[in-house]
This record gives sequence, C-alpha cells and structure tokens, in this order.
Amino acid sequence: MRDLYQSQRAMRNMRQAAMQRGVVAILDVGSSKIACLVLRFDGPEQFGDADGVGSMAGQSSFRVIGAATTRSRGVRFGEVDAMAETERAIRTAVQAAQKMANVRVDHVIACLSGGRPRSYGLDGQVDVMGQVVTEGDIGRVLAECEVPDIGEGREVLHAQPINFALDNRSGLADPRGQIGQSLTTDMHLMTVEDSVLENLLYCIKRCDLELAGIASSAYTAGISSLVEDEQELGAACIDMGGGSTGISIFMRKHMIYSDCVRMGGDHVTSDISMGLQVAPAMAERIKTFYGGVLATGMDDREMIEVGSDTGDWERDRRTVSRAELIGIMRPRVEEILEEVRVRLDAAGFEHLPSQQIVLTGGASQIPGLDGLATKILGQQVRLGRPLRVQGLPQAATGSAFSAAVGLSLFAAHPQDEWWDFDIPAEKYPARSFKRAVRWFRENW
Amino acid sequence: MRSLKADRVDQPRRDPAPSRWGYRYQRLMLTPGFRKLVKVGLPALVVCGLVAGWGAREANRQMVADAYNDMKTQIQQRDEFMVKVMAVDGADETLSADVRTVLPIEFPVSSFDLDLEEMRQTVAALPAVADATLRVRPGGILQVGVTQRQPVAVFRGPDGLKLIDAEGVLIQAIVARADRSDLPLITGDGARDFLSEGLEIYRVAGPLLPRMRGVVRMGERRWDVILESGQRILLPYADPVIAFERVVALNQAQDLLERDVAVVDMRNPTRPTIRMNEQAVTNLRQTSAPQE
Repeated sequence: MRDLYQSQRAMRNMRQAAMQRGVVAILDVGSSKIACLVLRFDGPEQFGDADGVGSMAGQSSFRVIGAATTRSRGVRFGEVDAMAETERAIRTAVQAAQKMANVRVDHVIACLSGGRPRSYGLDGQVDVMGQVVTEGDIGRVLAECEVPDIGEGREVLHAQPINFALDNRSGLADPRGQIGQSLTTDMHLMTVEDSVLENLLYCIKRCDLELAGIASSAYTAGISSLVEDEQELGAACIDMGGGSTGISIFMRKHMIYSDCVRMGGDHVTSDISMGLQVAPAMAERIKTFYGGVLATGMDDREMIEVGSDTGDWERDRRTVSRAELIGIMRPRVEEILEEVRVRLDAAGFEHLPSQQIVLTGGASQIPGLDGLATKILGQQVRLGRPLRVQGLPQAATGSAFSAAVGLSLFAAHPQDEWWDFDIPAEKYPARSFKRAVRWFRENW
Repeated sequence: MRSLKADRVDQPRRDPAPSRWGYRYQRLMLTPGFRKLVKVGLPALVVCGLVAGWGAREANRQMVADAYNDMKTQIQQRDEFMVKVMAVDGADETLSADVRTVLPIEFPVSSFDLDLEEMRQTVAALPAVADATLRVRPGGILQVGVTQRQPVAVFRGPDGLKLIDAEGVLIQAIVARADRSDLPLITGDGARDFLSEGLEIYRVAGPLLPRMRGVVRMGERRWDVILESGQRILLPYADPVIAFERVVALNQAQDLLERDVAVVDMRNPTRPTIRMNEQAVTNLRQTSAPQE
C-alpha cells in the first residue's frame, strides 16, 4: 500500500505539472477504438458569472483543442492483448490529436475498462485528537480503514472516501472544523489486475508520454453521462463498450460501486459474422447500418445484402431480412443486459432511493435498445450522451465518447482520493527525520 | 493466428500508425524551441554561411563595393542634385569677390559633394563677414547669405589705416584717412580692446568735434585726445569721459583751447594742469612781470 500511495501521489504531482503547463492529453484505451483528446487549461475560466457560479458545471476551465480516434488493434476486453499493436494505435491517436492541436503533449491521463475491476467498501474509525476535526484526523481515519485482502496481483485504482460520520451524525460531506469525538469514514476501494495496468503503462511509456493519472472508464463514463441529480440521488451508468460493459453506481456524487461485464459490442459483431457467414468488417457494417433489437413486421420485408468478399461477387449475392439480423443480435444484447442485471442485484442497487439507469457507450446506439433494457433492467432507463465540453468536435460528441469526455472532466476536477490526504505522522517510517534532513539539503 | 514473425515483403500490410521514429520526429517538430530553431535559425545560418563563403573572395567583395559606388555616383550625379551657380547676397562687390575666392568651386557639382558647414565656416572666417548662411536653393543655386561687418571707426595701426567695427575686428585697409573722414580715428596700443570708450569720448566732444584729429591710447592705460593744432588733452585712466566733458565745458566757458596751450593735463582730476607753448610762457612772463 505504501508504494501505491507514493506512485499515486507522484501521478497527482505530474497532473499538477501538466495543468500548470496548460496542456494535457486524455487517452481512452478501449477495445474498439482508442480516443485521444488534447485539453488546454486556460486557468480560471473566462466567462465566469458574477455570482461565482461557473457555467457548465465548471468544466469550461478547459478546452478541447485536439481530438483523434483510431481503430483499436490489440486490445481485447479493455485489456492490452498485443503490446506492439496497442502501442502503434496509441501512437496514431496521439499523433493525430497533437497535429490537430499543434502542440506537443507530454502528459497523458488514461482510462481503462478491463482488468476485472472489483469494488470493496471499507470503513474506519478514530477518536478525534483535539476539539474539532482537522485534516490530520481525516488522514488518520482514512489510514485506519481496514484493507481487505484484495488478492495477489491486484492494484488499487481508486480509493475514495464517500462518507464521513461524526459520533451519531452520518452523511457528512466535509467534517473538517466540526466538533465531535469519534470520526468514522466509509471508503470505496476499487482494484484491478496489476498486469493489465502495467501493460498499459508500458505502452504509454513506449510512446514517450508520461502518465499523469489513471481512472476506470466505467467511473469516467458515469461522470460525463449522469446528470447532477442522478449522481446525487443514486443511479447506475452502464457503459457499453466494444469489449466490455462497465457498470458504475453513483450515490451522493460519489461512485459507490463498480463492476464490469466482459461482453460488449464486439461480441454482437462476431455473432453476426458467424451467423451470416460474413467477414467481421462486413458484420460490423451491417450491425451499424441495419442493426436493432426490436423486430416489427416491416423488418421481415427489408432485405439486406450481405455479399461477402469471397471473390465470387457474381454468385455470392446472399440477402437476409432485417428480422433475421435482429434475431441474431437480440439474444446477445439480452445476455449482456441480464448479466448487468445480475451485477446490479449483487450490488444491492434496488435499495437506492432512485434507481435510474443510464445506458451509454458505443454499443448503446443500437436502435431499440432502451425498449429492451426497460424490460430487463426496470422502468427508469434512459440513453445517455456525454456532457458538452468546449471545443469538442461534433464527431466526438456521441455516446461512444462518454468515457473520454468524463475523463477530461475528471482531469479538471479530480475526486478526492485517499492519497490526497497527508499520511499521519506516526505512520511514517522511522527514517523520516533523515528524509527531512535530505529534503532540506536538496532544496536549500 | 497470424504470424508473429516480421511481415512478409511481398504482402505489405497497410498500417496507419506512424513509425516510432516518425512519431518522435513529429513530437520534436512540435516543440516550440526546436521548431523555431529549424524554421528561423537554420535558414538564417545557411544564408549567412553562403554570404560569408561568397564574400571570402577579394574579387567578390570588390565587385560589391564597385557596384555600390557606381550606383551611388549615378544617383548623386542626377540633374536634380547638381549645383550650377553661386549667388552671394548681402555683400558688396569687394566682399563677394572675396567670397568667390575663398570658395573655389568648379560648377557644376553635385550637392552631395558640397560640405555646406565647412564652407560656411570658411566664409564666416573672412574678416569682413559677421555671419554667413549657405544653402542649396532649388534650381541648382548655391545661395551664400552674408552679413557684413559695419565699420564704426578708422584705426591706425603700425601697418597703415584700417576700418574697424564695434567689436574691434579689423575689416579692411583703406588708403587714406580722407577716404572715410566721417568715421573717428582711433589709434594706440590696446585701443581696439577699449574701442567703446574711445567712441564715447568722441560722442561727448560736442563743439570740439570738428577740431578733433583723433584719440590715442597711451601705454595701454589711458586716452589722449589730439586736436588739430597738435594740442593734446591727457585724460586719466579712471573716468576719462567725465574728465573730457570737463575740458569741453572749460573750453566753452573760457575758450581754453583757443589760447596758446600745448597740453591740457587732466590725469589728476583734482588738479588740472596746463602746459603752454614756450612763446606763450615768455609772453606771460613779460606781461605779468612787475613794471620797474
């Protein structure tokens, strides 16, 4: 845990440096596409209102000056599968975005969807040292949380305090300065496989970029596609990507649970490819143009040419009806949504005061998906698109970009994490005095 | 599974990704400092190098210098810049002849070749010139404006008669005193430095003026007034004008100078002294001797 604390802190410092420089890149490494946005931070926002409430929830402090996407190669289930291919794809995206922005980007904030994320709820309790709760008390109570056995080869990705309680009062957002004796906290810990993380870091490092932060894409998709009320009252964001479907549950503006279903739009495509005996590229095209999940009588009569490039173009003029296509797609989509239902049930989603479910991500663009999702997930389902941010090209405003847009919001206003608070003094190793002397000597 | 080995040459795979070095090159070119270096520094360096290499040969440098001089001459010799005549204003004939002598210019000449300031100083250095202005007038005329010195007295020096102006500057020689009988005559060592005092003596002369021949500075100290008949009035070095006024008044009252007086000595203002001619002394003695 100590190493994690140090490395995450280093990443935070890197992010500060990047913000000071004013340019930072956002990298969404997905299974179907890799998106890169270049953000420019202009310091305090220019069009601030007189009453101090910024426009657009405060995200107008940055501007997207470069955006590029490329087909992802070598990523499966949101995990790096072929290093060299992934590295090349990242290079392509970064270079194109840099070219559009006409600046060189050195710092990158990345998000990943794979790595089998797992959520843990932690709690800790300490006695307040003085009369009032200080920042040191918060650091202590966070350090006091009992870390469960997260398993071999796993790494903490997020560790966010989501609730504070002082004596018998719970639900405090910020207990600092309040009077009490016993401080309790709830923390949400999210872990991923460290090999996945390391592979991604290695790919980014090979591109001469420095990592200034890393986040889960389910979390960032939730930031951008859930509106403020939904985040406050409780909602789930289903980020239906190419290789995996991320689930994040928000409550009181904090993510309280996250999970991942390792199925996505690519599986639908491969079903079509196998069912219709066509190439995957053709299957993808058919899915995009004619896909759907609710068949009507009209669909029996709409015939789709599935001619594949067998070289026998004259003879191979097969056609299928759209109803057949829907018949192939629907079971797979249902399977994904049912799996999501299982995960939500396991998380106790039904106990939340509001049970809004927002579908976003590239695969959520299938026509009729909201109708199907209503049957499986409940009545409160809507399709979500990412928030509008300044300078984002029209091509990147679709729901496939909710993770990337959310990541840029996350970069502008990161959530407090455990490592943002000072580690309590007694937890420092004994050589801390020696370290202080060294610091003094280095800096003076 | 596709081959893990390198791609076969006969079937190149289309790859949109930039190569590792291409990517690095692009990033380098997006670095502002390096970009400026390449886009400004390098071309400037190349141009400087070419110019320096070409100019390293003596012949090339000479060629450039020649071409430059040629072009300069061509422009300077244009009709618009040529000066053809000289006009002298505010000077009489002798002086304008002098001016033309000290400015020996062969017309036509380009106005770029004329050093007006130096020429002005040359003209102003002439004794008869108080001040001079020079300019090239449109139409190719060198205009010399001269302010002449005005003579206020005739000065007799060791080398003859000269006109002198109020500042004590000798203007020009004259042949005879009669040429400028309208001006007072002043002479003696150091008289030029106290010219105004001498002229003041002349001014208060009044009825004595027609009889005055001149004033002489004696011993660089005091003035003598010489009258027609060789009579001298010796003035003190302090307040000579008042002393002279007294003499003039005395003359008016008692016709002092009508008598046979050789010298009126006012050097001691409290005790004016008269020296008479020898004849007069004899006469005086005879007339004033007691009759026996």
